[in-house]
Amino acid sequence: MRFWPLIWSALRRKRVRTFFTVLSILIAFLLFGYLAAVNMAFRLGVDVAGADRLVSMHRSGFGIMLPEAYQARIEATPGVVESAHGTWFGGIYQDPKNFFAQMAVQPEEYLELYPEFLLPEEQKQAWLADRTGAIAGRTIAEMYGWKVGDRIPLQATVWRKMDGSSTWEFNLVGIYDGTEKATDTTQFLFRYDYFEESRLFAKGMVGWYWIRVDDPGRADEVAQRIDALFANSFYETKTSTEKAFIQGFAKQIGDIGAIIGGILTAVFFTILLVAGNTMMQSVRERTAELAVLKTVGFSNGLVLGLVLVESLALAALGGALGLAAAWWAIGQGDPTGGALPIFFFPPKDVLLGLGIIAALGLATGILPAVQAMRLRVVDAVRRA
Amino acid sequence: MGTNNTLVRIENLHKVFHRGSERIDVLRELNLEVPPGDFLALMGPSGSGKSTLLNLIAGLDRPTAGAVEVDGQRIDQLSESELARWRSSHIGFIFQLYNLLPVLTAERNVELPLLLAPLSRAQRKKHVQTALAVVGLADRAQHYPRQLSGGQEQRVAIARAIVADPTLLLCDEPTGDLDRKSEDEILSLLQALNREHGKTILMVTHDPHAAARARRTLYLNKGTLSTEPIE
Repeated sequence: MRFWPLIWSALRRKRVRTFFTVLSILIAFLLFGYLAAVNMAFRLGVDVAGADRLVSMHRSGFGIMLPEAYQARIEATPGVVESAHGTWFGGIYQDPKNFFAQMAVQPEEYLELYPEFLLPEEQKQAWLADRTGAIAGRTIAEMYGWKVGDRIPLQATVWRKMDGSSTWEFNLVGIYDGTEKATDTTQFLFRYDYFEESRLFAKGMVGWYWIRVDDPGRADEVAQRIDALFANSFYETKTSTEKAFIQGFAKQIGDIGAIIGGILTAVFFTILLVAGNTMMQSVRERTAELAVLKTVGFSNGLVLGLVLVESLALAALGGALGLAAAWWAIGQGDPTGGALPIFFFPPKDVLLGLGIIAALGLATGILPAVQAMRLRVVDAVRRA
Repeated sequence: MGTNNTLVRIENLHKVFHRGSERIDVLRELNLEVPPGDFLALMGPSGSGKSTLLNLIAGLDRPTAGAVEVDGQRIDQLSESELARWRSSHIGFIFQLYNLLPVLTAERNVELPLLLAPLSRAQRKKHVQTALAVVGLADRAQHYPRQLSGGQEQRVAIARAIVADPTLLLCDEPTGDLDRKSEDEILSLLQALNREHGKTILMVTHDPHAAARARRTLYLNKGTLSTEPIE
């Protein structure tokens, strides 16, 4: 701490230059934080995907449905503990811009497969008792101001009802929370039996199956067994772990992780040059001052340390402000208004950000620090 | 080497510089003894090796051959880190251009050598106030170098040089950048430090007027010392 006034005064030496360098680092870390949240959103909870869960869909993709009758055969497969099926609804709530996932599911089976969805017991019982009942995640409920007891109308874009209408109405009987921050609490789930009896077409068909296996270590083996069951049928399946399924889904949009990685690499490379240049200039301008420090007895190692700490302080100031700004911006919510249901600053990326701050500080400081360390007093004084 | 009557002892000192393929013998078989409490002026033409000699005594440079002993310590045999530690307690250096850190107040500039000493903040402050009082600038402690005159800046530099109570004060043209009035003030201050505080001072100067304030003067020419002025 006794050397801090020396370091702080060095940073204040050229205030405008320091300000712009800090600003550029701040913007880089703001971008880093915000894109980390976007990346997390596109990974759609890959990190919290159940290791013991498989997803089975038609070999050709989501566009083709699977027979409901598959469920019994899947559950009879060795290694399978339980299953549930889901069907995409894709309706509109009030405005086409209000996008959120809506699915017809088997309530009991689904909640058993997804223990990370926390639904109060009485609300679960209410859902089981009401065929037109539906539950919604906390995020989506708060977004639209829904409360238990509300009637939620959805305009179908695909699923017309038997009576020819396209308006489906559901009783909101429950609001669920997630056990983890990355748990998706933007889904709207309603009962498959009501959906099945009311829809006009595709009776007896479902979108996909979620399957729990008894041993995650044998998940691939069970998946192959399931696919073998339906091989050469009209409805061949493609079964994979939930993690692989979610990754594959995200990659349909593009390899967001790689794109974001590329952007951030370019940004940080630029910042490395900007901050590195600032430190090089700063040390070069202070040649005579560094010589004075050495003359009064500062060792080469101490001078090296002082320049490195100065560089770290510069990176820490800009980086911490940038991460804080990202935290604030992310806290303002999903910028797409619903297309990115999981939108938060992942703690591991906060830690990664702190690591990058330290690496940036060291990388930008090491050259000028070594230069300062090697500075010979007699040469420096002569130059000054 | 080393007796109680000798603070600085230099024996057969040789310093060679190379400029491209050219060899320059700046100091040749130079011998010097400085007793404690001396105020020695070193004069000589430009390029005679005055500053080189001062740098060698300060441990800022290394001799090509010969021995440099200060207060019984062979400093030419110390490592870089040992030299740095040694300088912090034995040497007070005063530059021609003051070399104050412009972003630090006078008080902070004077405090610099004390940052290396095992002193509390309060102790450091007390030492700094004393040093500034000795040079007559106690009321300018919070001023930045840009707010001081050249003479005042050099007095702050002297305060910095004496604050850690070093064994030896080395002055490299301390009045070379000052007007006559400020020069007199600085020379009087150095004289007072020598006479009243017993500081041993080696001063390199071009100026006979400055050298006249020292107890004795030596002349450096072509790498060797003599007591007689150069013709």
